[in-house]
Amino acid sequence: MNAVRKRDLLSLLGCVALYAVIQGLIMVDILGPFWQLNIVLICINIILAVSLNLINGFTGQFSIGHAGFMAVGAYLGAVMTVKLHLPFIVAIIAAAAAAGLLGFIIGLPTLRLSGDYLAIATLGLGEIIRITILNISYVGGASGFMGIPRYTTFTWAFFLMILTIFVIKNLINSSHGRACISVRENEIAAEAMGVDTTRYKVMAFTIGAAFAGIAGSLFSHYFYIAHPASFTFMRSFDILTMVVLGGLGSITGSITGALLLTFISAVLASYPEWRMVIYSLMLIVLMLYRPQGLLGNHEISLAIFKRLMGGVKSGNAQNK
Amino acid sequence: MARKMRIFTWCVLLLMIAGIMLAGCGNKQAANVIKIGANQEMTGNNATFGQSATNGAKLAIKEANAKGGVIGKQLTLIVADNKSEPAEAANAMQKLITQDKVVAVIAPIASSNVIAAAAVNQSNKVLAISPTASNPKVTVDPDTKKVREYLFRAAFIDPFQGSVMANFAGKSLKAKTAAIYIDNTSDYAKGLGQYFKETFIKNGGQIIAEEAYLQKDTDFKATITKIMAKKPDVLFVPGYYQEVGMIVKQARELGLAIPILGGDGWDSAKLPEIAGGKALNNTFFSNHYSPDDQSAAVKAFVTNYKKEYNQNPDAFAALAYDATMMVIESIKRANSADPVKIRDELEKTKNYSAVSGKITLNSTHDAVKSAVIIEMKDGKQTFKEKVNP
Amino acid sequence: MDFASFLQQLGQQLINGISLGSIYALIALGYTMIYGIIRLINFAHGDIYMLGAYFGYFATAILKMSFIPSLIIAMVLAAITGMVIERAAYRPLRSAPRIAVLITAIGVSLFLEYGSMLLVTPQPRTFPAVFPAEIYNVGGLVLNSQQIVILAVSLILMLVLNYVVHYTKSGKAMRAVSYDTDAAKLMGIDVDKVISFTFAVGSALAAAAGVLVGIYYNSIDPLMGIMPGLKAFVAAVLGGIGIIPGAMLGGVLMGVIEALVSGFFSSTFRDAAAFGILILILLFRPSGLLGKNVREKV
Repeated sequence: MNAVRKRDLLSLLGCVALYAVIQGLIMVDILGPFWQLNIVLICINIILAVSLNLINGFTGQFSIGHAGFMAVGAYLGAVMTVKLHLPFIVAIIAAAAAAGLLGFIIGLPTLRLSGDYLAIATLGLGEIIRITILNISYVGGASGFMGIPRYTTFTWAFFLMILTIFVIKNLINSSHGRACISVRENEIAAEAMGVDTTRYKVMAFTIGAAFAGIAGSLFSHYFYIAHPASFTFMRSFDILTMVVLGGLGSITGSITGALLLTFISAVLASYPEWRMVIYSLMLIVLMLYRPQGLLGNHEISLAIFKRLMGGVKSGNAQNK
Repeated sequence: MARKMRIFTWCVLLLMIAGIMLAGCGNKQAANVIKIGANQEMTGNNATFGQSATNGAKLAIKEANAKGGVIGKQLTLIVADNKSEPAEAANAMQKLITQDKVVAVIAPIASSNVIAAAAVNQSNKVLAISPTASNPKVTVDPDTKKVREYLFRAAFIDPFQGSVMANFAGKSLKAKTAAIYIDNTSDYAKGLGQYFKETFIKNGGQIIAEEAYLQKDTDFKATITKIMAKKPDVLFVPGYYQEVGMIVKQARELGLAIPILGGDGWDSAKLPEIAGGKALNNTFFSNHYSPDDQSAAVKAFVTNYKKEYNQNPDAFAALAYDATMMVIESIKRANSADPVKIRDELEKTKNYSAVSGKITLNSTHDAVKSAVIIEMKDGKQTFKEKVNP
Repeated sequence: MDFASFLQQLGQQLINGISLGSIYALIALGYTMIYGIIRLINFAHGDIYMLGAYFGYFATAILKMSFIPSLIIAMVLAAITGMVIERAAYRPLRSAPRIAVLITAIGVSLFLEYGSMLLVTPQPRTFPAVFPAEIYNVGGLVLNSQQIVILAVSLILMLVLNYVVHYTKSGKAMRAVSYDTDAAKLMGIDVDKVISFTFAVGSALAAAAGVLVGIYYNSIDPLMGIMPGLKAFVAAVLGGIGIIPGAMLGGVLMGVIEALVSGFFSSTFRDAAAFGILILILLFRPSGLLGKNVREKV
């Protein structure tokens, strides 16, 4: 137990150090506004990918409606700050609560479905959320919700990202998390062992949705606008791609996936005509070579780094 | 397997490094080149319009360069894709201004994308001119009611075009009732619909049906059947030509014979191809110029565009061409590539003879120009009437 | 609204809905076949439909061919494309997790969309008039001959497919592969060949749908496959994915629901209502309308 605490503390220190380095680079202007924007975007995408991984990767429920929850968070957060003039932190909490509540309400009936049927139901729900927003003129309808102040800074995005990773990592390492994983591995066996599968599925879904809501409110408070076009099913696919590319069931994998794809997308902006062609080819090639995702279901640790640098070859149970 | 994984990981790392290098190379500013940015919808739902606009802007740059460039320098156009998404538009704007160091930006097509990106170019003091964004909020901040200093447009604003068509429906067509059928994903269509409604009701008319479709829909028969049952005098469809073409075709097929009206989104040689010339009879739309009173500028633009891209220009291409030309003119007048000076000159644009008419920018940075109402006759655009602002 | 005009509207909306639904059905047939055999949601299917429309367009507009030859050409070319995609992008992942194949399918879909946008520009194109559209007016109900052709074609194709799957040797092989791939292999069935064949047939069907829709709506563009692809997938799930008559039923039902919702309630909530009804149906019949608990496959 003590050792675990010590490691947590170490990684927390690492995070603070990383924050200090990036913030320093921003301050001395080495990272210009373009990269600053993309770093914030990476943080938001990591929150989305890690939270979807909890649903898809750890609990094994195939959900492709994450953009819907993100939209709820984005709009509700904006209503809180713009219409009700509440502080940003209240907006974030409200966004998380609303998205989580919606996830709970939606999850309760739909999580009875399995596999592709669940996928299509969540896809449909995501679209229903988006179409509903499109028809509410209070939040701008098709023109989008304009005039949102830019409250999201690198600091907000970074520490909320750390919070997300920390909460989800600890959840997975708890008995609840092991119950979730048992649902993924074999639902019938889990049920026979006395795991309340519905409860854990709904729990994972609710928590995942709540974090997507946080990401949404960060998103709308960074780009001044919340617009239905940002939350189409293509966004859900993007998040899913990050999760699968990084490795289902690996938190560090999701982080890598989000980092890599956001980065590729940013770099490719210079080649507008070829952008999506290159992006799609990269996706195909990466999947062909690493179908289990870049990290499979393993986590990055120092040991893997040592091996990568060409060192220790023994004792790597990770390599199947 | 371990070896394979290692090689793979290194490849990915190399790729990332290569990416950074490539992105970094973009910064080199050659001494005798002036860079203009285009933040456009190159992919995603609005790609058709964004790519047309980019073609228009490219043509303008090419022509200016053929004439020896401006103030002794050549121009280049740097295009950034915004995926038809507001957040990506802000991202693309950031890249154009801070990475590529452009002196002016041709802003996105859709109003929402321009508004999302506006804060970026405002704070960097680089002008952005949108070819088509027609929402009043693009150039006027809705919260402070102040004009956004660095935002301009080459298009009509929604209130003008919407009321032009409402007046036309009420006065020239003597319509008492109207149905509105809008593209629910487009703020342009919604804006036009809203101002059409206001003016039409003010003139004593009645709106008896308001329906909506989504971009990329192909089947409109259910809604048209519903509209027909209410028997309106006119139908107002302020969408873009691809869907409008299909709507007109299907409406005529179902036997809806009333006049159908629209806005400048209709202007494309594709419209009669999709709808069919006969179906388009008894339809009217507002536009910037009429093919009948074609000036030399319009003719030259259409021929050059066809030669360059082997297709007919649409309103997006024409307006983007104009927007780019206005920027080039301003550079010429400012005799400098300083973004602030260019902006100051652009603001003074007066009676500029563009493809889309004589443009004067007013105090809210909107293009003031007269509108013409076009009647479609057997697939040909014919001049119906002219409306001054 | 009095009763007579209500009835007439209802009739017209049913016609509208069935004609729209038969298009969904046509695309859903190929979807459901491919799903039935390798359990893959082939997101690229909607884009094969788009490619088919473009092949048909080039055959009619550039090569000046008449309707039937260009339809055949489009189907053959799409079948080849489908087989190439399967060979290059899906076969290497045969033993990989299904979700990896799904991501690859999304990649292929994006590649086809933006690759063709690069080649043919995003401008919409129109078909030359290759087969006439007669408009019939029966007691106030309007019917277009092309609608009848599309409905007839999808019905015929459904019957043919059903026959192929249930009464021919290759159909038997397909069912065997779908039921148990390893056992089929042991019985001497060339699994790769069967899957390849399924992709060819599925893609050819999508291409047929693409050409017919291109002629009917008279407008095609590189992104035209996204929404119909999604709707067709929903239709296939609605009917019970993997079941051929289910795809037909689901498609027609989808079309009718959409027409009735936009005709009698609100056109703005059309898609939301369609998805909502889908979810409700799934909650009460979790494996689709025609699906059984132990699913009949292919």
